[in-house]
Amino acid sequence: MKRTLKRSNAPIFWALFGAGGMLSALLGPILVFITGLAVPLAMLLPADTMSYANMLAFAQNIIGKGFIFAIISLFLWHAAHRIFHSLHDIGIHAGIVAKLICYGGAMVATLITAYTLLAIGF
Amino acid sequence: MSENQRIIEIEVLRYNPETDKEPSKQVFEVPFTDDMSVLQGVQYIKDYLDGSLSFRWSCRMAICGSCGMMINGEPSLSCETFLRDYYPARVRVEALAHFPIEKDLVINMEGFIEKLESIQPYIIPKEERTLAQGEYLQTPAQLASYEQFSSCINCMLCYAACPQFGLNSEFIGPAAMALLHRYNIDSRDGGKGERMELVNSEEGVFNCTAVGYCSEVCPKHVDPANAVNQNKTNSAADYFMRFLTPKGGAK
Repeated sequence: MKRTLKRSNAPIFWALFGAGGMLSALLGPILVFITGLAVPLAMLLPADTMSYANMLAFAQNIIGKGFIFAIISLFLWHAAHRIFHSLHDIGIHAGIVAKLICYGGAMVATLITAYTLLAIGF
Repeated sequence: MSENQRIIEIEVLRYNPETDKEPSKQVFEVPFTDDMSVLQGVQYIKDYLDGSLSFRWSCRMAICGSCGMMINGEPSLSCETFLRDYYPARVRVEALAHFPIEKDLVINMEGFIEKLESIQPYIIPKEERTLAQGEYLQTPAQLASYEQFSSCINCMLCYAACPQFGLNSEFIGPAAMALLHRYNIDSRDGGKGERMELVNSEEGVFNCTAVGYCSEVCPKHVDPANAVNQNKTNSAADYFMRFLTPKGGAK
C-alpha cells in the first residue's frame, strides 16, 4: 500500500470550472439572445441598447465592471478546464504543456480583462 | 435437452500468457435454452468443447461479483445476462476492460484489492467504547444515508466502465470511492480525516470527469458517480478551508 500521497491542486481549477459552468449555463443563452438576436434584429430591445455610449457607461459602472469581468474570466476558466480534460480523453496527454496553454490562456485573458476594465475608468 | 433448444455462436477472447503474444478470439457453437445465462454458455464451452477456457464464477445469482465480463462490449455480470437476448446474433465475451488479463476471461485484480485496502474499509470508531458500554447505536435515518453505498459486491464492472480509470490506472476509481464514502458518512465512524488524504490526492476524485457510466453498469444499483462527485465538493472545501481552520484540513 503506497503512503506517499501528494495533494492534488485540482480544486483551484475545478472551483473556477464549476463557477464558470454555472454562470455560462444560467447566463450564456440569454447573452447569445441579447447580443446575437435581440439587439441586431431590434427585437424586444431598443436598437441603441448596445451603443458605444451605453456600453461604455455599463463598463464604467462598478457592478457592470464586475459582471463583464466574471463573464469573460469565468467562461474562459470553464473552457480551459474542459479543453484540458478533453485533450486527455482523446489521448493527448500533453501534461504540463497542455496545462500551461489551457490555464495559462485563461489566466492571461483574465489579467488583460482586469487591466482593460480598470483602464477605462469609473 | 428440451425441444426448443437452439445453437448460438459465442465469441470468446482467449489469452494464454505462456504461449500467446496477444489475445485472440475463438468462436464456439453452443446449444442453449431460454433460461441459460451467458455464464452457463461459457460453462458449457469448458465442460464440453474446450476444458482449457478460464473464467471466474461462483454464486450464479449476482451476489458474489465474480463473473464480470465484457459482453458485446458492455461490462456485465455474465450470470444475469441471458443468451436468448443476443440470439440469433453472435455474442462476444471478453475479459473486463482496463485490467491486465491473467488468462482468457480472468483479470488481474491486485491493483483493485490494494485500492480497497487503502481506503480503510472498516469503521474507525469516533469514540472508543468498552464492551460494558454496549453497541454503537444508529437511527434508521443514519443508516439510510449510507446504505446504498454499502451494497457493492466488488465486481469491478464500474472500473471496466470508467474511461478515466482506463487512461490512468492509479485513479482510486468508482467502487473504492463509493465504499470510502460509505464509511465517511457513517455516524459511528471517525476516520474521515484519514481517508480524505486519499480523496484529495492526485490519485483521488479529481481524475473523474463525471461520465457516470460507472453508476449505469452497477448490478447492485450503487451510485458510485454520486459518491465521487460529492467528494469533489468535500475535497474542494477541505482544500480551501484548511487555510481558515486551526486544524488545517486533512494532511
